[in-house]
Amino acid sequence: MKWSEILFPAALTLGILILWEVLVRTMDIPAFILPPPSAIGLCAVIKAPLIWPHALATALEIVLGIVLALGTSIPLAIFMFARPGIEKGLSPFLVASQAVPVFALAPLLVIWLGYGIWSKVFMAWVIIFFPITVSLLSGLKSCDPDFRILFTLMGAGFWMKLRLLYWPWALPQFFAGLKVGVTVATIGAVIGEWVGAQKGLGYLMIQSNARLNTDLVFACILWLSAMGLGLWALVGFAEKRMVTWKNN
Amino acid sequence: MLEILGLAKSFGLQTIFKNFDLTLPQGRFTVIVGPSGCGKSTLFDCLTGIVPPDQGRIMWQGNAAIHLGGLAAYMQQKDMLLPWLTLEENSLLPVQARPRTLRDMKQSKQTLARIFERIGLTGFGAHYPYQVSGGMRQRCALSRTLMFDRDLVLLDEPLSALDAITRRELQSLLLMLQKEFGKTVLMITHDIEEALVLADEIILLGPTPMTILEQFQPRASKPRDFSQPEFMETKARILSRLQTEKEKIQG
Repeated sequence: MKWSEILFPAALTLGILILWEVLVRTMDIPAFILPPPSAIGLCAVIKAPLIWPHALATALEIVLGIVLALGTSIPLAIFMFARPGIEKGLSPFLVASQAVPVFALAPLLVIWLGYGIWSKVFMAWVIIFFPITVSLLSGLKSCDPDFRILFTLMGAGFWMKLRLLYWPWALPQFFAGLKVGVTVATIGAVIGEWVGAQKGLGYLMIQSNARLNTDLVFACILWLSAMGLGLWALVGFAEKRMVTWKNN
Repeated sequence: MLEILGLAKSFGLQTIFKNFDLTLPQGRFTVIVGPSGCGKSTLFDCLTGIVPPDQGRIMWQGNAAIHLGGLAAYMQQKDMLLPWLTLEENSLLPVQARPRTLRDMKQSKQTLARIFERIGLTGFGAHYPYQVSGGMRQRCALSRTLMFDRDLVLLDEPLSALDAITRRELQSLLLMLQKEFGKTVLMITHDIEEALVLADEIILLGPTPMTILEQFQPRASKPRDFSQPEFMETKARILSRLQTEKEKIQG
């Protein structure tokens, strides 16, 4: 990575934070409306013992959502790839499922799945499922037909082609979808917690918001963003290990 | 022996070929030469099963086959190496792709080591395709073609993308390997000299609808080159045959 690649975003972030801090202080904005970034940072650190168990709960929901999404998206994408007729039948449903506002589902999910962890896991799953399935499917379909012919002449059947050719071929696109998925997964979990929960960063945010503990609300957002970034970095790391040929 | 009997293919109203017959004797190097667009690629597509022929039969060793998938090895102009596999892994793909035992794999690796030695890839087995030159990649594609372990080899302009020097090298490799492994080879090229260097039998094709204009058996002894009078004589015959064909169409 070049120096300018780190320097520019860092300078921009710092600039925004300084502007924010200065504006809040000079304009005398009350802390319960908009706390200065210094107060938010301090709160995120000092209140860490309070935030930590909630963050853990949210993280568990997200991770379970991701695991569930992987477990369903991968077989479905492969199935749709193997049977184009089924893909034609299913893709309108897939697209339509994305047209349903996920927020609208949240209260129903609490009725169906309860106040516990599963309504949030399901929310996260609903959000991640689509980008992974679509990106994996398009990755599988992007395979060069000349390679298909070569493998057919080698005498390879569908599963052999999948293992040796289609799957590695689709990996870069699969990871692109997974990156999008894991970063938005936090949204699903938090909305689930807003609607009804006993634990989690979303729950803590609602509670703090009601008490005008605005700095804690922001601290929760900070933690959530950090979690999203962490997941993104983790997927990026896995991608680097598994897709070694792409940068050369 | 490969026999193609009464093969026909048309796309819409355009007849690419019809009643096309061709016999390839066992263990011989047959080269098809023809102007571009004459239908030789479509013929290969029918043989490899990419497009089904409208009519006709393909017989290999006396048995009818729908196409030659699973029966023939295949090599193209593009090296078709998978970027995530090393040269060795790429060459072993045909072994990987079929049902096998661990012992098969071990034997295949030994065979491949010998082939690598013959074609000058020893020491490059652990390299990835992007780390080596185009000529080396094509050598690797050639070793993969041999690892198909099939008696019949289809070559679709396998050397056309290479520079003249690398091409000359690979031509002599092809010859050596064909002789050593006793393969029956069918190759397409549009390069008359390449055909003259390699072929036991040259099949000269005319434009669409594709027909066999004439068959030549170069008399010069292998390895052949320009210095042999027979080489130049056959070349002259082929060129004049193409010229009369052209005049026939224009006139």
